[in-house]
Amino acid sequence: MSRLEVTATSKAERTVRGLYDSLSRRVAASPVGNCPVELTSAFLKLCLAQSCGKCVPCRVGLDRLSALVDGLLDGDGDVKTIDLIEKTARAIADSSDCAIGFEAAKLVLDGMAAFRDDYISHIEKGRCTSNFASIPCTVECPAHVDIPAYIALTGEGRFADAIRVIRKDNPFPSVCGLICEHPCENHCRRSLVDSAVNIRGLKRYAIDNAGNVPVPACAPATGKTVAVIGGGPAGLTAAYYLSLMGHKVTVFEQRTRLGGMLRYGIPCYRLPDSYLDADIDAILSLGVDVKLGIKIGKDVTLDDLRRDYDSVYITIGAHSDKKLRIEGEDAEGVISAVELLGGIGDREIPDFTGKNVVIVGGGNVAMDVTRTSMRLGAKSVKCVYRRRIDDMTALPEEIEGAIAEGCEIVELKAPSYVEVENGKAKALVVKPQVIGAYNRGRPMPYNADLPEERIPCDIIIVAIGQAIESKHFAESGAPLAWDQIDANKAGEVPGLDGVFSGGDCVSGPSTVIKAIEAGKVAAANIDEYLGGHTEIELDVEVPVATYKFKTACGRVNNSEREADERKHDFELMEKPMTKEEAMQESSRCLRCDHYGCATLKGGRVNKW
Amino acid sequence: MVKLIIDGKTVESAEGTTILAAAKSVGINIPTLCYFEKINDIGACRVCVCEVNGSDKLVAACNTVVSEGIEVYTNSARVRAARKVNVELLLSAHNCNCVACVRSGNCALQTLANDLNVRTVPYETKIAKDKWEETLPLQRDASKCISCMRCVNVCDELQGLSVWEVNGSGAHTKVAVRDGLRIDAAGCAFCGQCITHCPVGALTARDDTDRVFEAIEDSETITVMQIAPAVRSAWADAFGIAENVATEKRMVAAAKALGVDYVFDTNFAADLTIMEEASELIERITKGNGAMPMFTSCCPGWVRFMRYKYPEFADNLSSAKSPQQMFGAVAKTYFAEKMGIDPAKICSISVMPCSSKKYESDVPEVNATDKDVDVVLTTREFARMLKADHVNVAALDEAEFDSPLGTGSGAGVIFGATGGVMEAALRTAYNMLTGSNPDADAFKIVRGSEGIREAEVNVNGTTLRAAVVSGLANAGKLLDNIKSGKAKYDFVEVMACPGGCAGGGGQPIVDGMELAACRGEKLYELDSTNALRFSHENPEVKALYNEYLEKPLSHKAHELLHTEQKNWTVDVK
Repeated sequence: MSRLEVTATSKAERTVRGLYDSLSRRVAASPVGNCPVELTSAFLKLCLAQSCGKCVPCRVGLDRLSALVDGLLDGDGDVKTIDLIEKTARAIADSSDCAIGFEAAKLVLDGMAAFRDDYISHIEKGRCTSNFASIPCTVECPAHVDIPAYIALTGEGRFADAIRVIRKDNPFPSVCGLICEHPCENHCRRSLVDSAVNIRGLKRYAIDNAGNVPVPACAPATGKTVAVIGGGPAGLTAAYYLSLMGHKVTVFEQRTRLGGMLRYGIPCYRLPDSYLDADIDAILSLGVDVKLGIKIGKDVTLDDLRRDYDSVYITIGAHSDKKLRIEGEDAEGVISAVELLGGIGDREIPDFTGKNVVIVGGGNVAMDVTRTSMRLGAKSVKCVYRRRIDDMTALPEEIEGAIAEGCEIVELKAPSYVEVENGKAKALVVKPQVIGAYNRGRPMPYNADLPEERIPCDIIIVAIGQAIESKHFAESGAPLAWDQIDANKAGEVPGLDGVFSGGDCVSGPSTVIKAIEAGKVAAANIDEYLGGHTEIELDVEVPVATYKFKTACGRVNNSEREADERKHDFELMEKPMTKEEAMQESSRCLRCDHYGCATLKGGRVNKW
Repeated sequence: MVKLIIDGKTVESAEGTTILAAAKSVGINIPTLCYFEKINDIGACRVCVCEVNGSDKLVAACNTVVSEGIEVYTNSARVRAARKVNVELLLSAHNCNCVACVRSGNCALQTLANDLNVRTVPYETKIAKDKWEETLPLQRDASKCISCMRCVNVCDELQGLSVWEVNGSGAHTKVAVRDGLRIDAAGCAFCGQCITHCPVGALTARDDTDRVFEAIEDSETITVMQIAPAVRSAWADAFGIAENVATEKRMVAAAKALGVDYVFDTNFAADLTIMEEASELIERITKGNGAMPMFTSCCPGWVRFMRYKYPEFADNLSSAKSPQQMFGAVAKTYFAEKMGIDPAKICSISVMPCSSKKYESDVPEVNATDKDVDVVLTTREFARMLKADHVNVAALDEAEFDSPLGTGSGAGVIFGATGGVMEAALRTAYNMLTGSNPDADAFKIVRGSEGIREAEVNVNGTTLRAAVVSGLANAGKLLDNIKSGKAKYDFVEVMACPGGCAGGGGQPIVDGMELAACRGEKLYELDSTNALRFSHENPEVKALYNEYLEKPLSHKAHELLHTEQKNWTVDVK
């Protein structure tokens, strides 16, 4: 017997690790709409299996808790059972010896707080309140695009039909093919096998190969008119569907070109004008009138529009900047992300050659200006963030891309003041931070017991969020929540009959697909308001599902042009899939429109 | 065409054919359970799974379409093992007390388990339980439900009512009445289509046979039985006797063998209904007193559906009661008086192809007497009574219906098939307007099997726009079209069950088969061979008017044979 031995992993342990990996993928891709009480019971059993069994609350308590929850699911409980579950969970949370026990009980307590009504429904009605959502990608897509259909069509080379399917719910297929945040992939069932299907990449493949796909014919003219304020994704989406429904739409845009944040917020290397213009041209081909350079509140008022049009849709976006509120912020050389990207949208390209640039922020916009600065010729680019890189809200691939292009992320530094010389910014002075306790789901940084540091620079770009210029609309009677227009879920603006609002100006800065959703919702409700009931429908035969490709197969990611090359230009950064890759990727789709719950309930929606 | 190989046989099938259908075309039967053609192909039970080269998973034959060059194995060791395990799993979740189940011997699960030679279930039994109000016409036993979801799809797709839902997830996923409601509050029409599509004994109609046995046994009680038109198309299904033995007259003999005192024909009351309804239609058209179009009102499933979903059309319903209720009212008045019987001593029994008739008989607004019909039996219950009494039906001598309520015309018998009420009414309306009979088959244009049929019929120079609809989802579509102005009719016949009463929710069940059309054919044959083809020529109906009712729509007729449709409401959430 040796005195000590090096540890070796047994086959059983290795396999269990593998099972945990597979389970964590399953958890990450969890289906939508399952019974939360049922899940609570299952989570408890997993937690109990992880218990060492030493302390009473964990060993016995979790087992009894799970039995109580199961009894309730089997129809054996009453209201007292809920009290007992709660009391027991609290005792376990309070008295377990380690996190395996107290965190398990916390699951139950958190659930009890969030879905107590579901527990009660099980007792009173013998049924769950939630409904299983059958096609995860379509459900998760805010615009509810029929994703399995266009993936199957793409796989069959029917690209134009794929575009028609997308346009039924989203008139920006080209834009979304490049820059959608693809929430559809979050719960992709394919993750249970290996990893999510590259849905966005396949959409781009369809777009790149479809050629010009004509838009459908409009319904007979209704004689009703709609004014859309703002030519961004929400406004143009509404304009598209309202035109299809037979209404006459006029879009008022304060800038010189249409597109909103797609044009004035997203850099060309991610979304070239040609892609954006393809979608906008298709939308305008329905006969949408456009008035550029008109500012509502200055050139014309909301009241004017309400008088002259049957309905008004406000989609002004979030185009003004938020300030750091630190000393020296108004010095020359300190600009906002909105200002920089907006100028580029109007083809005013600054030259950063030889300059040291510092960006403040941690979101996707911060990454956009970081990478844009590099492309404008900056000598050095540093992105300063007060939390850790892990806590940044920017997509991980954006952060990795920026680093690959030679930008630096300076984490855990909070801006203190701008050092100014002759009215010009000379350095950003920052206070080192320590990451600390959680607050509202995120760890909060606090000042470290370290001296301030100085980051010398010529240009400081502030990318800490955007604000909404909603003053005129508030003066015209629109209710506000902070600076956001307080429209309801249907897009109606309370108190202003016939006025609807949506997109960033209602939700705060969000994604393009959320703006498209808002436009679609508004179109449906404006149509109802105008007395129409014209449904948007499509009749494309969807290829039948095959039973192949259910075994694990790697996901094809879109590659990017090499960092060294791409960082010098504004050309599209992402490369398309090859045909070979696209065909394999489309075949990875598990066709949840055919397999699983969809054939029973909540399957394909052919019209809205 | 697609070429494939199934169990070594080369098969050519049209594109889009399922493996199940392709196999069947070459005589290979793949067992199924949850599958029901055109209604349910959700691949839930995994009994029809097959092995296909190129797939590492077994595929469901019911909803996988053929593709070129595939080789399918419907009965490999892997398939057999998976299939048997799945059936054993189902049995572990099923109340297997088969000896006391109404579907014993006619249960898809039982047949399948026997076929697969399942002899033990190696799993712990875990059976669902649920409470159910036992007085309701429709009964559900959760312990027998196998969650095949046929009822859900039947109610959603065929009947457009969505009474059933699937709720919960995981092991607690279950079929239940929507929103946790009691079924009568959920808008159920009691049509019973979920019952006849249920593969097992989970859904049944309330059993009232004991009440009839008691009435027959009681020497003080006079039992009067009426037998609905469609019953004669299927009454002997459970006895395995030849079609030429399973005659209408032998059905009468069978009813008499039970010891029933009088066996009458609902066809008589159907003829009576026509006299009233045709008269009413003519009044509405010529005098304009009444909402148009006029809807038939003899189907309680339809009437209940309409009151729940489209109550604004209540005035469009004919005020005529259904043949069942007319018969009951006449039996307890005219017949009782004529025979000198105290109506209180009469037990009025009907045999119906329908589960909703059990509900209708309890509706106060369609009862002219204390209770026009005391007990409603389905065709299935009638057959069960014969079995319980050991009646050797094949050996019975044929018998005639009793008089004076036992004569029915060919027009009466086709009440049991979609289009029949319309055709019967048109035959008599023609006579009422012109004084002469049309050719008996002059209006056969309204026959057919499509769910919605339209026809323009010329009666004495007037064009009558008629529509015939069966299946409640179709009825909903038709009413939507009327509401939106897309369709205009004068007279509309609606039957809740697809194909009409011949396919009714009280008819014998043959799993996986839709028999409404071939049962309906039998009724049209009975019409064509009947010497009487017109309701207004039924001598017993004429006698009833002469001796008692005077004429159609008379005061007395209104009292006994009509209802105030507006007062009949349903309490639905």
